[in-house]
Amino acid sequence: MSSPRRVSDNAVPAMPGPLKISDYHVVARPRLGRWISGALIIAILAMIGYAFATGKIEWEYFWQFMTVPTILAGVANTVLLAVLAMIIGVVLGTVFAIMRGSDNPIMRSVAFGYIWLFRGTPVLLQLMLWYNLALVFPTVGIPGVWSMRMIDLMSPFWAALLGLGLNQGAYTAEVIRAGLLSVDTGQYEAAKTIGMTRLKALRRIVLPQAMRVVIPPLGNEFILLVKTTSLASVIQFSEVMYNAGTIYYSNARVVELLFVAGAWYLILVSFLTLFQIPLERHFAKGSLSR
Amino acid sequence: MTAADLARPEGGQPLLRICNVTKKFQDYVALDDVSLSVSKGEVVCLIGGSGSGKTTLLRCINQLHDINDGTIWLEDELVGYRQDGLKLYPLTEKETIRQRLKSGMVFQRFNLFPHMTALQNITEGPVQVLKTPRQVAEATAMKLLERVGLATKASSYPSQLSGGQQQRVAIARALAMNPKIMLFDEPTSALDPELVGEVLAVMRELAHSGMTMVVVTHELGFAREVADRVVFMDRGVIVEEGPASEVLVSPREARTQAFISAVIG
Ligand SMILES: Nc1ncnc2c1ncn2[C@@H]1O[C@H](COP(=O)(O)OP(=O)(O)OP(=O)(O)O)[C@@H](O)[C@H]1O
Ligand SMILES: [Mg+2]
Repeated sequence: MSSPRRVSDNAVPAMPGPLKISDYHVVARPRLGRWISGALIIAILAMIGYAFATGKIEWEYFWQFMTVPTILAGVANTVLLAVLAMIIGVVLGTVFAIMRGSDNPIMRSVAFGYIWLFRGTPVLLQLMLWYNLALVFPTVGIPGVWSMRMIDLMSPFWAALLGLGLNQGAYTAEVIRAGLLSVDTGQYEAAKTIGMTRLKALRRIVLPQAMRVVIPPLGNEFILLVKTTSLASVIQFSEVMYNAGTIYYSNARVVELLFVAGAWYLILVSFLTLFQIPLERHFAKGSLSR
Repeated sequence: MTAADLARPEGGQPLLRICNVTKKFQDYVALDDVSLSVSKGEVVCLIGGSGSGKTTLLRCINQLHDINDGTIWLEDELVGYRQDGLKLYPLTEKETIRQRLKSGMVFQRFNLFPHMTALQNITEGPVQVLKTPRQVAEATAMKLLERVGLATKASSYPSQLSGGQQQRVAIARALAMNPKIMLFDEPTSALDPELVGEVLAVMRELAHSGMTMVVVTHELGFAREVADRVVFMDRGVIVEEGPASEVLVSPREARTQAFISAVIG
């Protein structure tokens, strides 16, 4: 009668089976939706593939032109233009992002004006304006010392580089500014209290932390830029689109050569995506996941 | 007041002298005619409720804020200005930095540099600002890490350290610049209770070593034990100041009494 109650026996009624999931066989839920949608997509892809395989495309031309010197030279020019324009963009973007955060109102307005102007007009128009600068300024130079005809100076390459670089700088400035804003103000203050100037604090403390946030959108920008270089074909810069064009004007294999150019853009962009991973890892130094 | 009066705060030679300082944020008066002096080697604890202006006062001392009126003197040097008779010239960035380095600041939220190891956090200032050779700076930093009990954590990143350990690294980082005075802004109030002791121990050792300190804290036990003087602030004004045994044990002012009984609970 007065023996202590055995809680486990009394409170918990007998269980209808084992108490651990691992003692059971878990029966997977049927995934009918997945099978149907998967089958549908495969069917659609097969139809598209069939259409292209039997369409008026000569695939041997595609493979043949992938590696002809004109196309390879175009690819090299595309890469050169994209890389140099991105470097200009990152340098200008960093400078203007810092200027926008300056306490000097003149610096702030200059940065604001630059971003406003270059983001607010189409890049195609900017490229054409740079290319046609000779119409406005026939010669450049220091009067009496040195001068040059603008038409010689503003080759398609320089016009494209200037146009894309300046345009990229305006976009990159906003990306980097977002990165700078993402860094806690306590970091600026800690840097200040150990005696750093504003610029040193930016370079040593704030920018390295901002890079973590900035690299994914910068990767995005770079990928966009690689493809935007195709606009330089309009001002006769011999990048891959322009060179594909020169070939199909003579042999009329328009679609095959567009495919060649498209394949090269895909290859370049895939390569860049791979390159981004180690870069992100480098700037994640000290973050929690280590 | 003559120029000579402005040049030398009257009395002895306190290390820090805050004279009638007023600080406004737009129309809000955060510090209202605050005066306080701290002698060399003295430990002053600043207590007071939220929003009473404690942080603002510390930030004015090392020029994270400009003041609206009054003067602050560090080692008989006017803070923030070069004085010529009755004319004041705001200091250049370089001169401000030289002055700012007289004080070391420890923040409530540590503010360690997350992309640098504990050791790099400490050597950053000496190497980048004081131009100390890296090897010398690293040797000093190791000594400081030993002093705060973290010699084994030299290559850890802040994210790998506990709050108490991070705050001790932050103290070592401030000490590495050889400050004349250390300013602490609630150094333990972001910490879990069991981590408070290790940080207070480091601060106690620092106080005993003769460092001049101004400590904003709610740790009244620490204040009673370590402080030479306790200052109670409320709504931007210093209400009461005196030895810890008086201000904390038998405060004169009603507001001080209310605050202390609220903190003790
Ligand atoms: N940058 C600022 N801009 C506007 N008002 C501010 C600013 N910094 C502080 N204040 C105001 O000044 C007053 C004093 O703030 P302060 O941070 O010095 O208080 P505190 O005594 O440190 O309080 P706590 O114990 O909460 O840290 C508060 O009312 C606060 O809202
Ligand atoms: Mg505060």
